[in-house]
Amino acid sequence: MKLVCPAGNLPSLKTAVDQGADAVYIGFKDDTNARHFAGLNFDDRRAAEGIQYAHERGAKVYAAINTYPQPSGWECWQVAVDRAAGHGMDALILADIGVMDYATKTWPQLPLHLSVQGSATNDAAIRFYYEHFNIRRAVLPRVLSLEQVKQVAANSPVPLEVFGFGSLCVMVEGRCLLSSYVTGRSPNTFGACSPANAVQWLETDAGMETRLNGVLIDRHGKDEPAGYPTLCKGRFQACGNIYYAIEEPTSLNTIALLPELQAIGIEAIKLEGRQRSPAYVTTVAKVWRAALDACQQDPDNYRPQDDWMTELARVSEGSQTTLGAYHRPWQ
Amino acid sequence: MTTSTPKLSLGPVPYFWPRETLLEFYDRIAITPVDIVYLGETVCSKRRPLKTGEWLQLAADLQAAGKEVMLSSLTLLEAGSELASLKRLCREQGFMIEANDMAAVQQLANDRPFVTGPSVNIYNARTLSVLAGLGLQRWVLPVELSRETLAAMQAERPAGVATEVFAFGRLPLAWSARCFTSRAHNLPKDDCQFRCLDYPDGLLLSTREDEAFLVLNGIQTQSARTLNLVSELDDLKQLQVDVLRISPQSRHTEVIIETFYHCLRGDITATEAETQLGRLMPVGPCNGYWFGDAGMDARLQAVR
Repeated sequence: MKLVCPAGNLPSLKTAVDQGADAVYIGFKDDTNARHFAGLNFDDRRAAEGIQYAHERGAKVYAAINTYPQPSGWECWQVAVDRAAGHGMDALILADIGVMDYATKTWPQLPLHLSVQGSATNDAAIRFYYEHFNIRRAVLPRVLSLEQVKQVAANSPVPLEVFGFGSLCVMVEGRCLLSSYVTGRSPNTFGACSPANAVQWLETDAGMETRLNGVLIDRHGKDEPAGYPTLCKGRFQACGNIYYAIEEPTSLNTIALLPELQAIGIEAIKLEGRQRSPAYVTTVAKVWRAALDACQQDPDNYRPQDDWMTELARVSEGSQTTLGAYHRPWQ
Repeated sequence: MTTSTPKLSLGPVPYFWPRETLLEFYDRIAITPVDIVYLGETVCSKRRPLKTGEWLQLAADLQAAGKEVMLSSLTLLEAGSELASLKRLCREQGFMIEANDMAAVQQLANDRPFVTGPSVNIYNARTLSVLAGLGLQRWVLPVELSRETLAAMQAERPAGVATEVFAFGRLPLAWSARCFTSRAHNLPKDDCQFRCLDYPDGLLLSTREDEAFLVLNGIQTQSARTLNLVSELDDLKQLQVDVLRISPQSRHTEVIIETFYHCLRGDITATEAETQLGRLMPVGPCNGYWFGDAGMDARLQAVR
């Protein structure tokens, strides 16, 4: 299985390559990608330098152009596709049908991957993108159980990429509007969830409150760490209880499942976190490279090593990890 | 610019209602002035209020009552069994299918004309035109898109494609593999005991300061506030929108349909309609998406 690592900037790209990533995925400095954060992403000069660095060392670079353009911004997405093609990117990661249509017709030789934002959770949906846009790979949303991944893999017309580690979307990517409901901006339209400009941190008598556009997402006691108010990871009331009604603030970690994912025939493992630091990328790329190599050499005796788990826990959101939907009872 | 009067549609029932409740509901709907009725389970494949044959009988009855009937497909398909049901549904003759996932589009493309629901991401004219080439007859504007985007899409829309706008109801905001209703009851999804039956309008989720925020409806998350575009009817007509969708709620759906109908005909003013509808919402109104704002915002009716 190939290792696909995130890079929000050039130092992250270089360290991912140095640590043994088979491919690195990046975005341009605008809302055409799903990590549209201030200070992040690549202009043309850095993209060119990054691609050269990766290619000289045998690694590939993918461009994520995976948000959904509206008529007023259409040209920007078209330009992003042209720029990526001009740079000699190894593949484009796309979600929008219109953008795929443009890319296939304009750059027929350029390989396309279906982004996780394309919400394809079954082989029939994947087949649509394969037949009409000749996608070469599909990235699965983080909502399928291992058994379901196996079923999709058995019937998919193209190889699959699955998420191995990082921030966990509990909702199907591309089908979650919670962020725009509260802030006016969503991953689909703006490339960010629970955007920073809408966040407020307020020290009150009742504790540290985190709000998103005024809506109380959580309230933290004196000894509780206050995490970033991603709105699906707040505490709310339902049935008279206050609890993490949607999801706990945890990270996905499937390192224990590598032999099973390998046996299913998964082509690539994706690590989340273009918004994270080069230090994070170094850690996750190094650990996952070691794990993938160990799994490939001897899947029967593969066991996640304690120091891998310690290192990953150190960089996890909420310092906790979960198998997420891969583990059926989670659902 | 010419204007035309949009038809009214009733979206699929998003909640899990018992068989009898559902059948009685559609008995009442049959005598309302709604033009188009979408039928079927779009949220959870475990819910089976009616057998396939009963859905088809209901569809035939509503058709006989003068309604245009559409069969809606499941939105989130994960299991092989769900895909097999979808394939059977897409072979059903006599009714057009509302595709709520690309799997359904794949089944129907180049084979039968189809309609897409609000969870199929059509955000620009190029996407609309690709799907029109594959047999798309009507599309529902994704609920997070604004009037401005709709206007631009309408200007470029391919010939023969009709546009439907979600105009009233709690907004479908998110889909997950996790069932939040069973989670609220500390039950595993595989043994949910059909708790959704206890919540005919979904399970209200509030913030820690008691602000009604979202609604948990099995694997679907909705807005607690009810979208209401009745104040924008003149604008929707100007924009040549063909169909306005009302999403069912457990109470007053017939009154809501009547109100829209009379407002479209000019029997009552938008202000009167808005006042009337304001009393029929479980929590309160919102319309922010229409203006390009946060979806939960509620802008007062524009002064005309």
